Amino acid sequence: MSHALPAMTTARMPSRSFRRGPRAGGRVLVARHSALVRVTHWINVFCFSLLLMTGAQIFNAHPRLYWGQYGADNDPAWLSVDSLRSAGQWRGVVRLGPLTIESTGLLGASRENGALAPRGFPAWLTIPSYQDLAAGRRWHFFFAWLFAINGAVYLLGGLVQRHFRRDLLPTRAELAPSHLAQEVVDHAKLHFPRGEAARRYNVLQKLAYLGVAFVLLPMMVLTGLTMSPGLDSAFHVLLDVFGGRPSARSLHFICASLLVAFVVVHLVMVLVSGVWNNLRSMITGRYAIETEGDAQ
Amino acid sequence: MNPNVRFRSGRTTPFQARRRWLTAFAAGAGSIALAGCDKAVNNARIDATLRSAEKLTYASQRLILAHQPLAKEYGERDLSPVFRPNGSMMPSSPEYARLLQGGFADFRLQVHGLVQRPQSLSLAQLKAMRPRTQITRHDCVEGWSAIGKWQGVPLSQVLDLAGLKPGARYVIFHCADNLGGDGDAGLYYESVDLLDAYHPQTLLAYGMNGKDLPVAHGAPLRLRVERQLGYKQAKYVTRIEVADSFSPLNGGHGGFWEDRGYEWYAGI
Repeated sequence: MSHALPAMTTARMPSRSFRRGPRAGGRVLVARHSALVRVTHWINVFCFSLLLMTGAQIFNAHPRLYWGQYGADNDPAWLSVDSLRSAGQWRGVVRLGPLTIESTGLLGASRENGALAPRGFPAWLTIPSYQDLAAGRRWHFFFAWLFAINGAVYLLGGLVQRHFRRDLLPTRAELAPSHLAQEVVDHAKLHFPRGEAARRYNVLQKLAYLGVAFVLLPMMVLTGLTMSPGLDSAFHVLLDVFGGRPSARSLHFICASLLVAFVVVHLVMVLVSGVWNNLRSMITGRYAIETEGDAQ
Repeated sequence: MNPNVRFRSGRTTPFQARRRWLTAFAAGAGSIALAGCDKAVNNARIDATLRSAEKLTYASQRLILAHQPLAKEYGERDLSPVFRPNGSMMPSSPEYARLLQGGFADFRLQVHGLVQRPQSLSLAQLKAMRPRTQITRHDCVEGWSAIGKWQGVPLSQVLDLAGLKPGARYVIFHCADNLGGDGDAGLYYESVDLLDAYHPQTLLAYGMNGKDLPVAHGAPLRLRVERQLGYKQAKYVTRIEVADSFSPLNGGHGGFWEDRGYEWYAGI
C-alpha cells in the first residue's frame, strides 16, 4: 500500500471494508461515519436550520447590532438594517460601519403578501414568515435546548470513541505550510483525494470541522447564554469575556453568519465530490472509495 | 448586489428567462415550505410541546440562581446617554392625570391578597424605608439594552411589612396604564415568584438617574426585577397582590405580554 501522505497513517478512519468486486483495484465500501456522528449530524442540521430562521425572526424585532455594555436606538450601531419610507414605498438600506447599501427586496424592505413591507430579513428566511417575536423565541429556545443536548452528546461521544483524536486532529506534517498550501490549491482545482487518501479527512476538512465543532458552535451557545439576564447574574464572567450583552448579541450574529458560510462551502464540496457517495456515508455510514491497482 | 438596478432591454435573453423560471420555482418551493412552517407555528399540539422548553429553562435557571446572585452593577460612566422608554409613555386614565397633577401626593400603593396586614402606602412612606440604589442593565425582549440608575425600596421590605400568609407563591403587580386599550383586559400587569420578589435587587423604584422617576418610565413607582427581561419591569405600579396562582387573572398567563404569547419566565 502506498499513498501520498505517510504521516497520516496515525490518523485513521475506521477501516472496516465492505469488499465488492475483484481484489485488485475497483470500488470498496468503507465504514466512514460512526452512528454517533451520523445521528448527531442530522439532528444538528435540523436544529441549525430552525435556529437560523427563528434567529432571523428575533433579529427582525430590533435589526441593529452594537458593541459594548449597552445599545439601543440612540446608540451607534455597527450594523443596522433600516426600513425607510420614501415616495409612499418602503426602501431597505443596510448600514455596515461607514457603508450604506441599498437592499430593497432582500433586507429592510421585502415582499409580504405582494407588497413591500418593512422587515429586516425577508419572509422566506424567517419562522414564522410573518412578524411574531413571541413565537420566534418559543421555537428558538426549544431547538436551542435540543441543539445543546445534541452537541453535548456529540462532544462526549467523540471523546469516548476517540473520534476527535483519530479523525479530526491534524498531524504536525499536515499543518506544515507547504502541505496546507498544496491542499488549498487542490481544493481550488477541485482535485479530491482518491484511493487510500480518501479514507480519511484531508487537513482542510479537519480544520473546518474542528473550527465548527469546537469554536463556532460553542460560541453560539455561550454568546446566546450571555444574552440571558438570569445567567449573567450567576456568571458575570460571560459579560467580561464577550464585552457586554450587546457585544454578545453581535458575536452571536457573526458566528451564525460564519456558520452559514461554512454550510455553503460544505454543501458545494459535498456536491462536487460525489453527492450520492457523501450522502450515503452520512446516512448508512458507508463510503465508496476507488482503490488503485495494488490496494490492500 | 442591488436589486433596484434593472437592466432595461427590448427583449428577454435566454439567461433572463431561465433566471425568471428559476426564481418562480424557488419562490413556489419556498412558499410551500414556509406555509408548512407557519402551519406548524399555529398547531396547538406543537405549540404545547415547544412551551415545555420554558419549564426546562425556568427549572434550570432556578437551580443556578437559587443562591440569589446579584445582577452586574455598573458605574456612572456606563450609563446610557439616552434611556429610551418603551410601552406606555403616559397612562390615559383621569385618575392617573389627577395623581400626576398633585405630584403624586395622593398616590397610595395597595398591598393585599395573601398577606397578614394589607397596606396602603404613600410615596413618602415608601421613601422613608431603607432605600437601595443600583446601576443595572435593562434588557428588552426585542434585543436592545440600556443602563440606568435606579433608586427605590427593596420589595422584600414591603412584603415583610405586610407579612405573607401561608400558600403565597406569586407577587402580582397591577398597573395604571392600559397598554392593550380594550377595557380592563388591556391593563398592564406582571407577576414574579417569591425567589425574584425577595431578591435583594428587586426594587419598587421611585427614582431614576438621580431624579424622580419620569412619567415615561413609570412614575411614580415601577418594578425592577433585574434578572429578567424588560417586560417584567412593570411601570405605573399601583397595587401589589400576593396570591397562590395568577391563572384567574385576565388571560391567565401572569402578565400583559404573557397573555400575548411571551414566556412568563423571562430570564432569557
